[in-house]
Amino acid sequence: MIIAMPVTSPDSNALLYHSFGRAPFFVFYDLNTDSMRFVTNEATTTQGGAGIKAAQIIVDNHANCLFTPQCGENSVSVLIGAKIIIYRSIPGTIANNVHAFKSEKLELLHETHTGFHGHQG
Amino acid sequence: MTIAVLSGKGGTGKTVIAVNLASVSTHAVYIDCDVEEPNGHLFFRPIPKSSVEVALKIPVVDNLRCTGCRKCVDFCRFNALAFIQNRLLVFSDLCHACGGCVVLCPEKALSEREMPIGNISYGISENVEVITGNLQPGKVSGVPIIRQMVENFYTNKEIPIYIDCPPGSSCSVMESIKPADYCLIIAESSVFGCHDLKMVHELVVELHKPFGIVLNKCFNEENPSEQYCLENGLPILAKIPFDRELNKWNANGLIAVKQSPDYHQLFQDLVTKIQAEATK
Repeated sequence: MIIAMPVTSPDSNALLYHSFGRAPFFVFYDLNTDSMRFVTNEATTTQGGAGIKAAQIIVDNHANCLFTPQCGENSVSVLIGAKIIIYRSIPGTIANNVHAFKSEKLELLHETHTGFHGHQG
Repeated sequence: MTIAVLSGKGGTGKTVIAVNLASVSTHAVYIDCDVEEPNGHLFFRPIPKSSVEVALKIPVVDNLRCTGCRKCVDFCRFNALAFIQNRLLVFSDLCHACGGCVVLCPEKALSEREMPIGNISYGISENVEVITGNLQPGKVSGVPIIRQMVENFYTNKEIPIYIDCPPGSSCSVMESIKPADYCLIIAESSVFGCHDLKMVHELVVELHKPFGIVLNKCFNEENPSEQYCLENGLPILAKIPFDRELNKWNANGLIAVKQSPDYHQLFQDLVTKIQAEATK
């Protein structure tokens, strides 16, 4: 099973980024092998629809679930369309989140926002 | 001559000033580009003459023809398309209706449908032709409506055209001031007002538009906007004091130049100054 997370930098000690669409990197964490793969988020530089492009990257890297602190409604429709399960991440490192997930402490993300469109996030 | 009235901050008096400028002319056109909440018509109460719908051409996918080559997904700079689970998704709210994806699709899997986003109404109010753009609630961008008003109505250069711009300094404002020969910036005497004055000042300089400032709702106290104008040598065309009487007329949808000879004089002088500045 592969877990995607928005992260601040492409290294194993990276912290979870505070939002999804314009996170600098994504980590794809393979739970079977405990290995990590980092992908640059090309959506950060786009004029609009960053969440959709970011979600497309998550889908294309065959993630089964996504841990994120928040997610916009357009991203969610892409992710749900690809049957990706979205959990609310906790602040901290990749390892913190994987540990929380394994101990069943992560909750499903139910609410979405209508997008920040360059104003926050 | 086309004069755009803009401000950055909302509520500085763009509409009141644009409406009164148009009203003192013998014959003028007033275009309300504040399509999210057009309110100039509340003053003019125009007799409706015609109305046209504005629609965008949004792509529609035939998933039986789509092979998932993703040419369209990669092409769209607004990320209005996504390809998942062998299915193309279209996010119509993000689509800027450029039509590029339809042209590019090698399988002819994309066609276009019309998505209405609002309308433009045209009416007459005594000496003023009133053109109002209306964006439907929930639609993301009014730029296509503004663009259509600009293209269809900015033809007669003989009569003065006053464009009531939306607040801010983003795409919709840029689209509104594009055809303007002169930009009139309305600034309020507050720190917030001054901040947004700087933003639109930068914008009009960037777009090489001649411009002048009207300081509105002035009190007899420190005025950050006035200071900014003086420090940067910006031409101040008028200083309009805060006036409860004027507020009352505005709140009742009355046009000040028709209520008071003083305001008639003030706005006539402003028109003269704008004409002198614009032809410098």
